[in-house]
Amino acid sequence: EDKEGDESKEEDNGSQPNRASRRKNYQRKNRDGKKAREEGNQKKDRGKTAPNKDQKESENKEKKTTKRGKEGETKQKKDRKNSTSSASSNSSDEESLSEEELAMLKEQVEQKKKLISTMRNKPWRMVKKLSVLREAQNFVEKFEGALGKGKGKKLYAYKMMMAKKWVKFKRDFENFKTQCIPWEMKIKEVESHFGSSVASYFIFLRWMYGVNLVLFGLIFGLVIIPEVLMGMPYGSLPRKTVPRAEQATAMDFSVLWDFEGYIKYSALFYGYYNNQRTIGWLKYRLPMAYFMVGISIFGYSLMVVIRSMARNANESTADGDDDNFIFSWKMFTSWDYLIGNPETADNKFASITTSFKESIVDEQESNKDENIHLRRFLRVLANVLIICCLCGSGYLIYFVVKRSQTFSKMQNVGWYERNEVEIVMSLLGMFCPPLFETIAALENYHPRIGLKWQLGRIFALFLGNLYTFLLALMDDVNEKLAEEDVVKNITHWTLLGHHNSSAGNDSTVTPPPLDPADVPRGPCWETTVGIEFVRLTVSDILVTYITILVGDFIRACFVRFVNYCWCWDLEAGFPSYAEFDISGNVLGLVFNQGMIWMGSFYAPGLVGINVLRLLTSMYFQCWAVMSSNVPHARVFKASKSNNFYMGLLLLILFLSLLPVAYTIMSLPPSFDCGPFSGKKRMYDVIQETIELDFPLFVAKIFSYVANPGLIIPAILLMVLTIYYLNAVSKAYQRANAELKKKMQMQREEEKNKRNNKASTNPMLQDLEDLLTPSTKTESPLKQAEDKKIESLNGTSPVRKPGRGEVLAGSPMAGGRGAAFTPPSQVFVAQPRTLGVRAPYPGQPRPWGHPLGPVPGRGRGQPCY
Amino acid sequence: MGNKQTIFTQEQLDAYQDCTFFTRKEILRLFHRYRDLAPQLVPLDYSDKPAVTLPYELIGSMPELKDNPFRQRIAEVFSEHGDGNMTLDDFLDMFSVLSEMAPRDLKAYYAFKIYDFNNDDYICKSDLEKTVNKLTRNELTPEEVSLVCEKVIYEADADNDGKLSLADFQHMIIRAPDFLSTFHIRI
Repeated sequence: EDKEGDESKEEDNGSQPNRASRRKNYQRKNRDGKKAREEGNQKKDRGKTAPNKDQKESENKEKKTTKRGKEGETKQKKDRKNSTSSASSNSSDEESLSEEELAMLKEQVEQKKKLISTMRNKPWRMVKKLSVLREAQNFVEKFEGALGKGKGKKLYAYKMMMAKKWVKFKRDFENFKTQCIPWEMKIKEVESHFGSSVASYFIFLRWMYGVNLVLFGLIFGLVIIPEVLMGMPYGSLPRKTVPRAEQATAMDFSVLWDFEGYIKYSALFYGYYNNQRTIGWLKYRLPMAYFMVGISIFGYSLMVVIRSMARNANESTADGDDDNFIFSWKMFTSWDYLIGNPETADNKFASITTSFKESIVDEQESNKDENIHLRRFLRVLANVLIICCLCGSGYLIYFVVKRSQTFSKMQNVGWYERNEVEIVMSLLGMFCPPLFETIAALENYHPRIGLKWQLGRIFALFLGNLYTFLLALMDDVNEKLAEEDVVKNITHWTLLGHHNSSAGNDSTVTPPPLDPADVPRGPCWETTVGIEFVRLTVSDILVTYITILVGDFIRACFVRFVNYCWCWDLEAGFPSYAEFDISGNVLGLVFNQGMIWMGSFYAPGLVGINVLRLLTSMYFQCWAVMSSNVPHARVFKASKSNNFYMGLLLLILFLSLLPVAYTIMSLPPSFDCGPFSGKKRMYDVIQETIELDFPLFVAKIFSYVANPGLIIPAILLMVLTIYYLNAVSKAYQRANAELKKKMQMQREEEKNKRNNKASTNPMLQDLEDLLTPSTKTESPLKQAEDKKIESLNGTSPVRKPGRGEVLAGSPMAGGRGAAFTPPSQVFVAQPRTLGVRAPYPGQPRPWGHPLGPVPGRGRGQPCY
Repeated sequence: MGNKQTIFTQEQLDAYQDCTFFTRKEILRLFHRYRDLAPQLVPLDYSDKPAVTLPYELIGSMPELKDNPFRQRIAEVFSEHGDGNMTLDDFLDMFSVLSEMAPRDLKAYYAFKIYDFNNDDYICKSDLEKTVNKLTRNELTPEEVSLVCEKVIYEADADNDGKLSLADFQHMIIRAPDFLSTFHIRI
């Protein structure tokens, strides 16, 4: 490029006329070449009805570029030859011509290919698209082979062929992929009945299912299946055997239901795994795999959540808080084209109407605020009440968990005592949200803001409950740890050192003299934690399903069938049908996922349970929604594009990472159960692997890397990077806002200018707008009258709204629309008759006065 | 995948896949949906491109469209002669534009055409009034309707000619948070 620039400068100094003549030459040549090339196309071109613009434009562009390129090249040649005669350059052109032609052709082929790939984005009729497509394909087909020459030709043809194959493969793969997306039709059905917002919950559920399937694959493929296939069988070790005292009842359903007995001593829980370094003939390093899988579950989940958040953020270029287009958006985007059900459509119509009315009222009363003190007081009161509720529920859970610990020490406790924690937590989760909703009615927020508050409060409730539960559990764990020390000594003496041989190296374990069922063993706090989480999850599943069954299905049946013989209309009156609670369901799903993340380290089988749950949930909830719910009376925005739920998920993920990381890093693992038994800390397994399995220098490198002197600067660097990127994004945001403001200002300015220009006689225009059919004949008369009005008012055409007008109607009705309201129509009609019958000067004034400012503001004049 | 279908030739299918946002299977499904509207009219062999047109009454009775207040406009915009009667090509076109994959600009272009009731390439006040009345089933009073229309023009009319041009419309709609999610029909 710059070379060409230099040359052209030289050229400018020297031979201006020469250049011109040469250009003419090229042009001619170009034309000739083109003619020759296009002869092939001629027939096709004739067949085409209308040559499309794009193609022409691109051709023109090509012409220009090739011309320039040619000039450059010939100039080079000219320099080489040191001659300026046009004849010589002309002759040298002969050989470069074909090259140029080829380049041009290539470019054109590329152009056509681009056209083919973007054909579907063109707003043309299908017939036209098809014909243009065929043409482009033919063109590419025809000239693709001709490109390249000599040795390059074959390679080029090969490349083209591969590219074609690749495109075909991609398309087939794409077809295959869309076929693999499950539940597409099911979701579509829900969507057509309930609109996009309810369907967004099911799409979220499906996404969640996909994530859990990956986690399930990781855990089952890398931990559970190797252990089952290659690990020591059941009954070979104390940790893999049900203790003698429990054996009599280990198969009872009531025991299994509490995840005790055989389930407790199975591969579903942490305690089952052996601390043998390698298992089976594969020398599979199970403890290492267990640890890495536990970490990679969090890693994968974090990655997926953040990636989808980023994608959402990228997709939504729109900033929802832009309130420049309230009415426009309401008008053009409020209808959900997905709706295909008359009932939903009715609701949608109603909700659109209310939303229009609401925003009209908002417009009219935007600065009316009555009794702000009362409202403030009510809001504070509501928040105090809700905080009380939260604290109360937190305390209740703490109390119950503490009590359950004393229960667990007692013998033969009842069913209720054993399941008290889960029952209380489920009941709290069931009754607190409606309570919050009732309290929130005090606050009188806008429904959308109200929904956010409500979600935040439920979130706080769940989170508080979960963390209280964790704290209580932690107490429990600490107690167990103390207990363990005692047991450890007993075991030690019982086994007389036999046990010690199994720790450490991978020599075969000498069988203890005792039967594994008789060995005294520690409480194994990890399994206890795992069992707690599994029980919580299962009871959560049950409560959810029962709620759906009773709260939705039975209620719907009752309303439907008892309605025939009841005193009032059940369908329209009190119980009516249930609505699908999107936000509650999404929150439930998010919390459930948090529990899975927290529990999966200590209960690898938990993810399997969750996959089953999501699978059944998909079918069950789809069925429940279609059979017993009614569409929302108030339709909320679809949550698919906004990141609110994803943000909640990320928060939960982070919060569930904390306790797991804490236990891994700072609690000693149990001495006689689990893959890390015998180690001081769980992460020692990595050190062990590095020391024993890797060459020495890796260990060295690792020890260098793990040096705090390196880690602290690395963290510092990351923090600084985050700070810098944050600052950059802030700056961009500011620039964006600035630009937006500028655009807005420009627009306003333009409007003002036009207004001033156009409104030499705004009133006339306005009247004409109003009375188009009838005024034509009377316009001269009216014009005169208008002039009179203006002169009488004696002000510029664009005026501030008069006081009388403010009194007459609300200020916001003062747009041009005010002229269309019935009262104004009445008075508009009045002057007309006056004008026709008795146009005397004094009369129009009282009528004309309120009319004056109307057009000015309607035409975009800002309110001063 | 089975090549048993004899409705289209392979080239036709490829061309349709290039021209729409549908996969092969979806195109076949759409064809069957189209055919189900009038099995006696639509032949099972489309390889020689029969000129079959289905009347609007049939198109508008599809469950995907029958509750849509703008169904007539949609059919008119996508039909060849603007009368709502559709060939298979028009039908594919329509659902391609309304599919999830279609880009914002394309959707905005067709949305503009749909809301432009009198086909004058501007959305003027009468178009807006029609839109509001269709959206609310004439529940709003005339004053409210005209107030809403005024506000829309005030908000979106950048060049201040009292009506919305395509550029105005695109400028406004591209920022709308739920335009993409609502202006689509899943089939």
